[in-house]
Amino acid sequence: MITGTPKPIEEILEMLEPYDNIIVAGCFGCVTVCRVGGDKEVQVLSSTLRLAREAAGRKIEIKEVCLERQCDPEYLEPMRPYIEDYQAVLSIACGAGIQFMAEKFTKSPLLPGINTGFLGVTERQGEWTERCQGCGDCVLHLTGGICPVTRCAKSIFHGPCGGSVQGTCEVDKEVKCGWQLIIDRLVTLDQMDNYGKLKPYKGWDSSRDGGPRRIIREDMV
Amino acid sequence: MLLKAFENGADGVMVIGCLEGDCHYVNGNIRARARVERVYNILEQINIGPERIRMYNLSAGEGAKFAAFTSEFVTRVEELGPSPINLARSNGPKDSEQEVQAT
Amino acid sequence: MKAGSNLERVLEAGHFAVTAECGPPRGADGDKVLKKAELVKGNVDACNVTDNQTSVVRMSSVAGCMLVKQTGTEPLLQMVVRDRNRIALQSDLLGAAALGVRNLLCLSGDHQKFGDDPQAKNVFDIDSIQLIHLVKTMRDEGVFPSGDKLEGAPKFYIGCAINPFADPFEIRVPRFKLKIEAGADFVQTQCIYNMDKFKRFMEEAKKEGLHERTKILAGVTPLKSAGMAKFMNRMVAGIEIPEEFIKRIADEPKEKQAAKGIEMCIEQIQEIKEMEGIAGVHVMAIEWEEKLNEIVGGAGLLPRPMVEQ
Repeated sequence: MITGTPKPIEEILEMLEPYDNIIVAGCFGCVTVCRVGGDKEVQVLSSTLRLAREAAGRKIEIKEVCLERQCDPEYLEPMRPYIEDYQAVLSIACGAGIQFMAEKFTKSPLLPGINTGFLGVTERQGEWTERCQGCGDCVLHLTGGICPVTRCAKSIFHGPCGGSVQGTCEVDKEVKCGWQLIIDRLVTLDQMDNYGKLKPYKGWDSSRDGGPRRIIREDMV
Repeated sequence: MLLKAFENGADGVMVIGCLEGDCHYVNGNIRARARVERVYNILEQINIGPERIRMYNLSAGEGAKFAAFTSEFVTRVEELGPSPINLARSNGPKDSEQEVQAT
Repeated sequence: MKAGSNLERVLEAGHFAVTAECGPPRGADGDKVLKKAELVKGNVDACNVTDNQTSVVRMSSVAGCMLVKQTGTEPLLQMVVRDRNRIALQSDLLGAAALGVRNLLCLSGDHQKFGDDPQAKNVFDIDSIQLIHLVKTMRDEGVFPSGDKLEGAPKFYIGCAINPFADPFEIRVPRFKLKIEAGADFVQTQCIYNMDKFKRFMEEAKKEGLHERTKILAGVTPLKSAGMAKFMNRMVAGIEIPEEFIKRIADEPKEKQAAKGIEMCIEQIQEIKEMEGIAGVHVMAIEWEEKLNEIVGGAGLLPRPMVEQ
């Protein structure tokens, strides 16, 4: 899922300075699963904002909504009848959703309530770790199902570097060395032959480095 | 729900749960404590006064303890004065306190 | 001859080679490099110039190489892939070659979090092994990786670093092999304190014949004090100093520890000279370049040989 972390409340309050009447919009997609932008989080955030503003002597009116998704136009349309009754929208969906909403409702200032993070997985409740960088050219079949671009801090293709210590990365003891994981998996799968081959230079043009990306499915348009 | 109590004018919120290890719903009281802590942190961040929320653990039969905890908490909240919300609403010091029985 | 550098000629002639290191300064003062280079002169066959080591910003390695060259010592350019994409790497290499640099060490580079700019963008467009391959392609085929012909191929004696003390131990020889497959002509190892582990590494490497396919220079770093030993052991990833080693220097009174460190370094070099498969030594007397002459001389490696072109 796409993960994110809540913005500090002081930062959000600063963003809300010009407004007295807003919508807080959540999303039932990824951000619900990682407990940062779902229905409950909309309610808690709205209460928090109301309390903080009122204690400072300045009320704020909040309409609380949670949409199925913010990245598909059909789920945003239902907002059209009422969105302009509010001065701004504070969205706690991912960056894609926030931007899409801004595109569909150009007269409404869109404020991000979370810092969107990475494509990740749930290690356990409360802990999510990064798995995929969306490089556009997947080589997981060659590396035992573990991504060298994402899980190695240096995106090395012939790892590990000399900073690997007991399976942890030189960057952080809490971070596993991606190449230690790859090697262990290749050994388990009896695929160490893959290790000994020189890999071609990575083509970064299929990733965001090549420019903002687009997918067109000819069979669907 | 806990935050709503403060929105509705509570100066303090007392949460009561079963003794740890003794919960009828296995670990409902532990989850309640985690939620109380989260609200504590939120109140701290927005300068409402985190001590306005507190959780106590006791068993259904400990009537005397219940009375003692309640007195202690009421005194504490009175010392803190009306919540900043209530001050802002200029409703005078409201001696309101809500007890939420958690299981 | 791949590049015809002094280091290459010395190694090909069968001499036990000596290299050392100069770290450029944290500023634009070229004199600092010249001073270090004067201390290195005559004691080495080539001198490494580091590339923003530990991600700490220093004068560029190419500039450092030019200053070293001015003093009459052959430079060895260290280049990391952390900060430059393949366009900049190729460009800087062509520039360095044009300015007469003939030795290159291809490295990954310590992660930027260790330096003064942890917020810098993480480049790593190609890894160090792919860099070796890139330079070899340019040197031997006279073309860019894109296929176009070069107007003058860069002549580099290509090196890489290996660390027999990093984890996992089992992958160190296979990775060394990959570097040779990519085109490494010579190797400098991370500094050695754990001789047993190094010997085990060499046994595995010799089984694959790697010591014959490339020239291995063993790395040593003289310890200035017991404090330095303990610090390096704890704080520097990939450095392992056995207790007995630390004890030998710690047992000396403080004012005698530096001399002991030098003595132990000389002993290490003498042991390394006797090992099969080792073609030379890389003495990393960081910020202690004034001791280089004593160390290299004490190990019986002076004067350095002059090999004709």
